[in-house]
Amino acid sequence: MTPAWTILSAFAGALLVLLLPARMAIASRVIALLASLVGAVAAAVSCLARLNNPLDPVWSFDRPWIPGFGIRFHLAADGLALTLLLLTGIVAIAGVLFSWNVERRPRAFFAFFMTIIGGVYGVFLSRDAFLLFVCYEIVILPKYMLIAIWGSTNKEYGAMKLTMYSIGSSALILIGLVVAYGASGGTSFDIAHLAGAHYSPALQAWAFPILFVGFAVLAGMWPFHTWAPTGHQGFEQWKPVIAGLALIGIVYGALTALSQKDLKFVIGYSSVSHMGFVLLGIAAGTHWGLRGAALQMISHGIIAGLLFGIAGRVVYERTHTRDLTELREFDLWRTLPGAAIGFTLATAASMGLPGFSGFVAEISVAIGLWQFSPWLVPVVALGIVITGAFSLRALHKAFFPVRNATDTPPSLLPPLTWPEISAISLLIAVSLAIGLYPKPWVVLIDDGLRSPVFHSILYLP
Amino acid sequence: MAEALIPHLPCLLWWVPFLPLLAGGIIAFLPNRLGRLASRLAIGALFVACVIALAAFVCTLAPAEEGVPFRFVAPPLTWFTFGDVALKVGLVLDPLSAAMAAMVTFVALWIFIYSIGYMEKEARFGRFFGFLSLFCGAMLLVVLANSLLLLFMAWELVGLASYMLIGFYFEKPPAAAAAQKAFITTRVGDMAFFIGMIWLYRQSGTLLFYDHGNGLLESGVLTSLAGITTIGGLTVSAATALLLLVGAMGKSGQVPLHTWLPDAMEGPTPVSALIHAATMVAAGVFLVARTYPIFGIGGLQSVPLTAAAWIGGITALYAALVAMAQTDIKRILAYSTVSQLGFMMVALGTGGVAVAMFHLIAHAFFKALLFLSAGSVIHGCHEEQDIRRMGGLRAAMPKTFITYAIGMMALAGFPFVFSGFWSKEAILHGAMNWPGGYGPFLLTVAAALLTAFYMTRQALLVFYGVARQPGVHHPHESSSIMLVPLYVLAAGAVLLAIVGTPAWPWFEEWIKGEAATCHPGALVKPDALKLIGLSLVIVTLGVGASWQVYRNVSGDSAAPDPMAGKLAGIWKFLEQAMGFDALYEKTIIGPLAFCAGAVDALERQIFVPLMAVGESCIKRFGRWTGVSDEKGLNDGFDSLCCGLQNRADSASRSQAGKPQGYLRAIGLGMSVLLILYFWLSA
Repeated sequence: MTPAWTILSAFAGALLVLLLPARMAIASRVIALLASLVGAVAAAVSCLARLNNPLDPVWSFDRPWIPGFGIRFHLAADGLALTLLLLTGIVAIAGVLFSWNVERRPRAFFAFFMTIIGGVYGVFLSRDAFLLFVCYEIVILPKYMLIAIWGSTNKEYGAMKLTMYSIGSSALILIGLVVAYGASGGTSFDIAHLAGAHYSPALQAWAFPILFVGFAVLAGMWPFHTWAPTGHQGFEQWKPVIAGLALIGIVYGALTALSQKDLKFVIGYSSVSHMGFVLLGIAAGTHWGLRGAALQMISHGIIAGLLFGIAGRVVYERTHTRDLTELREFDLWRTLPGAAIGFTLATAASMGLPGFSGFVAEISVAIGLWQFSPWLVPVVALGIVITGAFSLRALHKAFFPVRNATDTPPSLLPPLTWPEISAISLLIAVSLAIGLYPKPWVVLIDDGLRSPVFHSILYLP
Repeated sequence: MAEALIPHLPCLLWWVPFLPLLAGGIIAFLPNRLGRLASRLAIGALFVACVIALAAFVCTLAPAEEGVPFRFVAPPLTWFTFGDVALKVGLVLDPLSAAMAAMVTFVALWIFIYSIGYMEKEARFGRFFGFLSLFCGAMLLVVLANSLLLLFMAWELVGLASYMLIGFYFEKPPAAAAAQKAFITTRVGDMAFFIGMIWLYRQSGTLLFYDHGNGLLESGVLTSLAGITTIGGLTVSAATALLLLVGAMGKSGQVPLHTWLPDAMEGPTPVSALIHAATMVAAGVFLVARTYPIFGIGGLQSVPLTAAAWIGGITALYAALVAMAQTDIKRILAYSTVSQLGFMMVALGTGGVAVAMFHLIAHAFFKALLFLSAGSVIHGCHEEQDIRRMGGLRAAMPKTFITYAIGMMALAGFPFVFSGFWSKEAILHGAMNWPGGYGPFLLTVAAALLTAFYMTRQALLVFYGVARQPGVHHPHESSSIMLVPLYVLAAGAVLLAIVGTPAWPWFEEWIKGEAATCHPGALVKPDALKLIGLSLVIVTLGVGASWQVYRNVSGDSAAPDPMAGKLAGIWKFLEQAMGFDALYEKTIIGPLAFCAGAVDALERQIFVPLMAVGESCIKRFGRWTGVSDEKGLNDGFDSLCCGLQNRADSASRSQAGKPQGYLRAIGLGMSVLLILYFWLSA
């Protein structure tokens, strides 16, 4: 199975779901689950193959697409891309399982869902900047639909806001890419070509922040290999700014999370804090830092998926509230013990306790940061302490509330369903697997970091 | 025997921490109704771990080179690698880890057994044993780790288990608060540990303690660490040692990071005995003992050791003072734990690893004994914890009284037959001869005096005098499953004395790797005699004064403490533990909450409105472009179209269908064409 199966299975799944007759709408979730499984298995098989034969050339698929502009349909999968594919596959499975009981227009839901997954696979596999941009755009519309139709409170506003941000950042990316394309000779959008070209320092100084902001704003950090190398000098110049922003993000996100009343907002701000680590690892610009950044992306993908899945689906579905004070009435550890245990473990993982994936990432980032500037490490430590504080606060308020014996006993809630239990167990198991035995993941990530694309930004001995 | 065991060590050693961890993992999946099975599983796993730990202990008795302790380093495993850089983890067996592992498994085993009786009515009985097993596994990993990284990971896991056990009764608000406080406070220390660890790694490229000459604690790395000067003129070794010391202070409840430990008494009593007295809180002391080569660069007067000595001395005296004024039976013991941990720190700073470790082991026995006896008292008095409402229990609980008395005398340092006497003796000896001055020595002497005082006070108030509030309690003796562990620990608290006297300092010499020798003459050397005399004076004074004050306490449980009148305002201050909690509330928690509120307000008041302004700007611009489009482009186009339409209208009026009109037009057209034709051809 080649990595191409990931994209194919996701889009095929979306298509099949749409072709289902209306009376078989409920079967759409089975198709979505199968498609996600195929994608995850393909990613896992490819990862294993890469681990066993690390010296083989990486899998790639390269055809001319729009020859006039030198645009090619170029996919390739090094170790880094493969781990991110696997992450996407796992989170896709968990996502389908968490959404198993969606009753409102399930066909549309799962079609949009699988389209997003396909687009994300495409982003990770693209080696042509133009193709990458297209895959990026594929994701935006279904994302809007999912939030606007199936979202909870204030959904239209949220959907529109997210879409506006996405489109805004896309615009910046497009500008940056076109500039890089032109400045590199206007012959190819190939990422390796763009990364290897020489740009004047003046161009880098202004073009780099545009691309950086475009990718960083909301779209997540992934294709940092596309923006980081396009301006080695620009990167050097802006590094302290990025590091500063990252540290502010870590502490600011943690502090804000400390005073939130909505469980989902606590998780949201904790994500800001976690993504700060990714940014910090990149800003450090060292092997350790980049490896930590990649590990943190993977770890955060799993842990945030778990936290949001439990808080936003499992609990909200039953209580119809995410307010920490209102949740007290439900006495969740008694009425929904499975969710309480899952959320406790997810909290432990989110705090970066050893044994879970977050710790490996944080320690790698910290080691990388030390190389960059030891003085920043205590700020990270401060962020970690506050993370502990807000995580425990939210955990206690939401799941282990203090109640008097005289309080009215909580109403019974429907117990956890098997798809929910499977999704929670899957994500916890993966986080533990990475945390306890990070070796294969690190090997794969380093395989990606060895690619020539990164050479210009790493301090190589 | 030792020779036969050593080849099996690499495999056997991993089982010591792994078995309890495994038991904890299995229990996590057992339903609550299988609580009995869970407890048997936990005890069985720990028993096997204990046997292996004792076998490993026997191995360390094997003859080693003179002056070099036995050391077995299990082949390290690679956690992950990058190129030639690897993070490795492994286990090490030397007298230090063997002593700790044997003590932890042995004491924990008896506390587990005691818990069967103590927790029998608890609904989450099985869960409790799961957490205890998890804790033991993590603690054993801390003890046996051959890598600072593995030690840190286990250290955090120990913190997590401790958090879950303190918060075991999380429905009670104080328990939930205490659990969070303990976790966050120790995490502050942990972060210093974390930073120190990363610094050491960046500087030396390894986190293994012993690695055939390349380890962190071996001469090559130590020399290089000592050779680099960093901030404040400190060497890197001293700076990292100070960071590790802060981590140790968090875990071992040293001032000013001690406030969580007394609150941790909200956990069930066996937890207090195991975790917050005998083992986990000693992990900080153990960390310093383990990394002692880094601390010890530059001799006993090195900066980190001086810091340890002073912090330990201050903590010892502070906690002893506060313990005097407490009324909760467990809180008194908790402050005495803080105080005794201070003694251990003084021992590390002034006397060395062997002295501190001997006190650590002895303390583990007698403090676990005291806590379990206190648990027996609490159990017998139907969950009453206030010593003002006890009294006269000697008659109702004779067996508990005897074991409690043994623990109390060991802690107070009663002469000759108790281990606590000899271990304290060694600490005082080290502190007195410390080249850095008499400060820690005087602090320790004062703390020892107060220890005798407050322990006698507690014993008198609980077991002697009249029963205050009689008839309410009907105190009863505990069942034998709770009493047997008390006997075993009491025996340990006494018998350990044999290996720690100056006449036969077997323990010290074993830790140092020297052959144990018997020299009874050491007991009557003037130096030793002077100290023994001093100890006798201290104990007599402390016990005597306490006896004088508390011999005839009034039968009224609401009456103020006799000391309260004598000390007035100071007593109140001591009751409130010198106001540390209030201070932190004001200086740390308040500002932090303020920052969180401020950031949240910033988010709500500034960013959200800013976004709204941006949004409305965009909307307005949109409306403007809409209007200008409407007015300018569309209207222009519209009017053009209208004009065309009008023209067309008037043009269509001529098409009326009347033949005359058409013929007229044709005639006119013909004549124009004819005129044109002739004009052009001419």
